[in-house]
Amino acid sequence: MLMFIVRRVLAGIVLLAVISIVTFGLLFLDSANIARRILGQNATDELVAQKSAELGLDRPLAVQYWDWLTSALTGDLGRSWFNGQLVSVSLSGRLSVSLSLVIGATLISAVLAIVLGVLAARRGGWVDALVQFISVIGFAIPGFLIALYLVLIFAINLHWFKATGYIPITDSFGGWLTSVTLPIVALSIGAIAAVAQQVRGSVIDAMSRDYVRTLRARGLSSGSVVYKHVLRNAGGPALAVLAVQFIGLLGGAVIVEQVFALPGMGQLTVTATTQGDIPVVMGVVIAFALIVLIVNLVIDLAQAALNPKVRLS
Amino acid sequence: MTAIEVPTAVPTPAMKTSLMRRLVRRPVSLASLIFLILVVAIAVVGRWIAPFDPNVASLKLVLATPSAAHPLGADSAGRDVLSRLLAATQITLAAALVAVVTALVIGVISGLIAGYYRGWFDSVASWITSLVMALPGMVVLLAARTVLGPSVWLAMFIFGILLAPAYYRLVYAAVTGVRGELYVDAARVSGLSDLRIIGRHILSVVRAPIIIQSAIITGIAIAIQSGLEFLGLGDMSVPTWGGMLNDGFANIYKQPLLMVWPSLAIALTAIALTLLANGMRDVLERTTVVRRRRRRAVTTATGSIAAVTTSLSLSGGDLDALEDSAELPVIGDTIVHPDDERTGALDAAPILTISDLRVGYQQTQGEDIEVVHGVSLQIRKGEVHGLIGESGSGKTQTAFAVLGLLPRGGQVTAGSIDFEGTQLADASERAYAGIRGKRIGYIPQEPMSNLDPSFTIGYQLVEPLRAHLGLSKKEATDKALALLDRVGIPNPKRTFEAYPFEVSGGMAQRVLIAGAVSTDPDLIIADEPTTALDVTVQAEVLDLLRDLQRERQMAMLLVTHNFGVVADLCDRVTVMQQGLFIEQGPVRTILRSPSHAYTQSLLDAILDEGPARGPLITAGSAAVAAEGGRS
Repeated sequence: MLMFIVRRVLAGIVLLAVISIVTFGLLFLDSANIARRILGQNATDELVAQKSAELGLDRPLAVQYWDWLTSALTGDLGRSWFNGQLVSVSLSGRLSVSLSLVIGATLISAVLAIVLGVLAARRGGWVDALVQFISVIGFAIPGFLIALYLVLIFAINLHWFKATGYIPITDSFGGWLTSVTLPIVALSIGAIAAVAQQVRGSVIDAMSRDYVRTLRARGLSSGSVVYKHVLRNAGGPALAVLAVQFIGLLGGAVIVEQVFALPGMGQLTVTATTQGDIPVVMGVVIAFALIVLIVNLVIDLAQAALNPKVRLS
Repeated sequence: MTAIEVPTAVPTPAMKTSLMRRLVRRPVSLASLIFLILVVAIAVVGRWIAPFDPNVASLKLVLATPSAAHPLGADSAGRDVLSRLLAATQITLAAALVAVVTALVIGVISGLIAGYYRGWFDSVASWITSLVMALPGMVVLLAARTVLGPSVWLAMFIFGILLAPAYYRLVYAAVTGVRGELYVDAARVSGLSDLRIIGRHILSVVRAPIIIQSAIITGIAIAIQSGLEFLGLGDMSVPTWGGMLNDGFANIYKQPLLMVWPSLAIALTAIALTLLANGMRDVLERTTVVRRRRRRAVTTATGSIAAVTTSLSLSGGDLDALEDSAELPVIGDTIVHPDDERTGALDAAPILTISDLRVGYQQTQGEDIEVVHGVSLQIRKGEVHGLIGESGSGKTQTAFAVLGLLPRGGQVTAGSIDFEGTQLADASERAYAGIRGKRIGYIPQEPMSNLDPSFTIGYQLVEPLRAHLGLSKKEATDKALALLDRVGIPNPKRTFEAYPFEVSGGMAQRVLIAGAVSTDPDLIIADEPTTALDVTVQAEVLDLLRDLQRERQMAMLLVTHNFGVVADLCDRVTVMQQGLFIEQGPVRTILRSPSHAYTQSLLDAILDEGPARGPLITAGSAAVAAEGGRS
């Protein structure tokens, strides 16, 4: 079990290293022109050269990367080229907003998807047809469109929620709840649809297994068989889909944060992208990759907890 | 690059027509298809049928409400919304196509190479796949835009690379599945080049799934592209659905209608693509399900007729065996032999009485299929009753009917099952409470698949003990360990803590037997308990069953297709053929002087010195022979 975790962590570190090299390479490849882009097309060559030297862009790419990496390992991701703020500081301030949304959406998706998926698999008939239909529609419509209409209906027309802005959970729990409810709903719908489909399929598959008949032949109630045995065996594939959906939710959060004007990672990314603020973009990419790797590790551990074959091999 | 190039992803006409014909019969799929054709048509001609130049702004028309001249109104710059919507269709679709074609080319080619040749390319490609999937696509696109600028084409090209794993995995899985097949080996031996094998045998397998995947991916590409443009990160000089949405959202308070048109275009197209993909998958799965079930029916040929019936009902064809039996005249009574001195000594009180039992399977189309045609049987207390017959004769169905565990769609359609005064025919779950698993135990056929792989063996023994006998965890554990010891497991503690996949098949069957007898039932239903085991283990398990039965004085219904097992264990036996009981009586009588020709042929099949086996005697001719024999 320990070896399993160590192996996963090592694989994650390698992946993170490669992502950082590739991203750094792509972002800084054109380093000769970066200073000109910042200063504008009319800047003199001397000014551009001076700016390049100031930002350290005149050094070889490998040296620049090494520099970035050694600082990054101490938690220093450099400074924004535009407002001079430490990238690590901007990131940590915004992380809580984005994680509120994504973790909230993931939990809600998991719970609702299990309820809907099990319901569809056990009941069959029109319940199944309805769940399937809702899943298809929920899967097909992009999350940000749902977000737009939630704003239009619930914030602008009904005034139930504020259309924009974020209230930290530390200030007021109720306020935080009203500021994240609509974004979380918008994010969750697609994930619920995808995971519910998987839960439904895996539950139907697991229910047709011989051991389920044998367990019922032992006189166990069908509730106990479904919620203990069937769900545990169906959980693996559903978790795998949830992991994929989580990555999708991180991307979705970028747009949804824009719609609701929430000061999260997404907003930081969009601003940095439009400005060409490369240190910030680099920091954002690494932060996202790190979150994904941590979540994948958690999912792997959950898989191992569910499935003894994973744990023991 | 225009939308007309779609056919690159479309398969050859022959395959398309068969899929298409079935597809257009489904109203939802047909509607989606018509809508998408319309969208593609607009993408091609939209620019020319637009009433105004989509880029000409008019100050007079800023945020104009719909009018006769401008049916959808005008945007924040005073440009005609309808014209922009028509023109945007082309760019949006073409950009999505860039992503799909990029993903298709990269994913399919690398999937083919990795799956077919394996080796280092396989490992590298799989690793890159996990790399690409470790980042949210939107973040990668934003990072790329920092360097590459706001080009929708470049963004969609990069997004295509990010989507390639979807095709890669599909093709890879299909290729690794197919490359081991005999016909691919045969093609290789016969000297076909790798390229032609891939083209002929492998691409044909993945073609349909690729089309389905493409529909889904097109939807995703449109969504992501619109998302980028909605963020204001797209190329604002060309009209796109996402760009229009951006303008609409910016003016959501002044003119909410502006947002409606592009979002309708995006949502309806995405829904149509998904519904079409789902329709195609359903149509395809319907055919593959039949194939898969048929194979399963063959592998479980030792007993379960359920697999056979479901496969037959879906395939529609080769119903011969069942239809024949359904059309047969009901053959009078089962030939019942009187007790001999041994069975006469048994307690005469019945524990289970089955009368005129019929089992049928509901069909979604057409009439129900009946698999057991009115059978009667009495098992006395402490009696071991054999139920013998060939595969598909309905013996397992009879056993499951008693347990109330018929597969989905199956039910008792007539007759009664009386278990010591409780009516179990088509009974509710409540009627079975306190009986199934408590007073009736069940030993399945295939030991490995009948233990839940996610729980330890001990847990699976303890759980029913606690539920039925109300034991504490400690008491139940002690009892389970004692049972494991009793069924001859050398190290009960270790097996108790093991998972099912950590023990051998023989051990697993002993565990299942221990589970079945753990609540001291009065009746055991054993469904071919030794069929799946090695010959040496079979004898040991039979010995164990006999010992346990004598020790606990349990009655047993032993389903088998082996007269050797019957001779070894049973007091009385019932011979079953094509859903009917044809002969019933004490084992010795039937072994020595079978009356029915079918029983005779079954016996001949196992007796070394018996005459050479003749052609299989069907129930019809057998009945004639039996009539002759009796007269």
